[in-house]
Amino acid sequence: MGHSDHLDDYGDAYGAIAEDNDAQRWAFGSGFDDPLAGVDTSVPSEVDGTDLAAYCLMLGDDALILSHRLQEWVSRAPELEDDVAIANIALDLLGQARLLLARAGKADGTEREEDTYAYLRPASEFRNVALVELENGDFAHSLARLLVFSTFRLALLDQLRTSRDPVLAAIAAKGVKEVTYHRDYAARWMLRLGDGTPESHQRAADGMAAVWPCVGELFTPHEIELRLATAGVGVDPSTLRAEFDAVVAQVLSAATLQRPPESASSATDGDTDAAGGRDGRHTEALTGLLQEMQGLARAHPEATW
Amino acid sequence: MTSVRGGLPDVREIAETVTDPELPMLSLADLGVLRDVWVTHAGTVVVSITPTYSGCPAMDAMRADLKRALRDAGYEDVEVRTVLEPAWTTDWISSAGRAKLAEAGISPPHSAPIRAAGPIQLDLGATVRVLRCPQCGSARTEEQSRFSSTACKSLWRCRSCLEPFEHIKEI
Repeated sequence: MGHSDHLDDYGDAYGAIAEDNDAQRWAFGSGFDDPLAGVDTSVPSEVDGTDLAAYCLMLGDDALILSHRLQEWVSRAPELEDDVAIANIALDLLGQARLLLARAGKADGTEREEDTYAYLRPASEFRNVALVELENGDFAHSLARLLVFSTFRLALLDQLRTSRDPVLAAIAAKGVKEVTYHRDYAARWMLRLGDGTPESHQRAADGMAAVWPCVGELFTPHEIELRLATAGVGVDPSTLRAEFDAVVAQVLSAATLQRPPESASSATDGDTDAAGGRDGRHTEALTGLLQEMQGLARAHPEATW
Repeated sequence: MTSVRGGLPDVREIAETVTDPELPMLSLADLGVLRDVWVTHAGTVVVSITPTYSGCPAMDAMRADLKRALRDAGYEDVEVRTVLEPAWTTDWISSAGRAKLAEAGISPPHSAPIRAAGPIQLDLGATVRVLRCPQCGSARTEEQSRFSSTACKSLWRCRSCLEPFEHIKEI
């Protein structure tokens, strides 16, 4: 392309952004291309599309809500490198969420778009686990949460690579590569904090103790997860607990931290009052998060710019 | 299926001129993101691309740039499709692409890690790998962070020339 053509294309910055109506890519709302454009999204045989959609929302909402919590750290992390790292992790999770929410709208036949799910659902329709919605707390608390979440999610996505739903399998195969780096980042930080100063050690221990009551819910299977596991599409999360325990033990040992007492997590193990995220029962923390995440989209419905 | 239409330039050649919005020294073909280009019997140009990372924010820009390039070459009917499987790997970056990265001061990736059977191992040991500084060639370099200005890069520092540099991390 010659120099003059290049100027024609980009000399007018506003024109360069606005010229292609298919790609109003700087808007928050409508205007993003469908992340599954051109992907065959038919539902595999003998699979209930409604179940599959609900399952995609579980996995997608976990990623979306934790992505938002991580974004809250940006510009507040201890060092610039951590701002960048956390923003990248949040971006990976947001990308996984976009694919999964888009897949949900194709699976149940409603053709709802990712933005409809992200911006227009009330808290009672979100299917994420409580772990991801809790307030950030201090840096050690957030990193303890990230360690627990990424260890759980890596084990889950790794199993999901062989899902009979080729779309889920592809999303999972991609996610495994990303979450491997997330788990690595969180584990190395827990090591530095736990095996650091008395103050950092105490904060790391407090962070693990604060998130530990949410661990039970991760591995308590929902009936939809069980049905889809039987159909070869989903994963029964209770089968992931051994791998999770081994990885967490490895990190805690290297970080000179103790595993929080099991009694701390028994409150959520099988307790449907506390462990109801998959059915839309949430803490107040999610309401506050959604007010911020959805505020602009709800104030200006259908906005594009 | 064919890649040419009477009097118009080859669609693959056109698509291969489109560069990555965040690594503009690389074409989408160099990066391994451009998977296929063909023309249907109805005359639609179909381009398939795959994201590097799930959250790659450049995908929308890539689609728009591909459409613009093909329209400028006379192809009005262009469809850009996403391919998710198989997942992108840094092994798909061409040797020409690696040379262009190095020339631009970005350390190109080594081979992607080969996955052992069983659960993915967590390695808490110190990073022992050696990267050469793309500015001065010194092997006295150290990793600053596994994450950098884009999802696909890590941040390094050269202890000889003291310059920071980025490395495309292997996935």
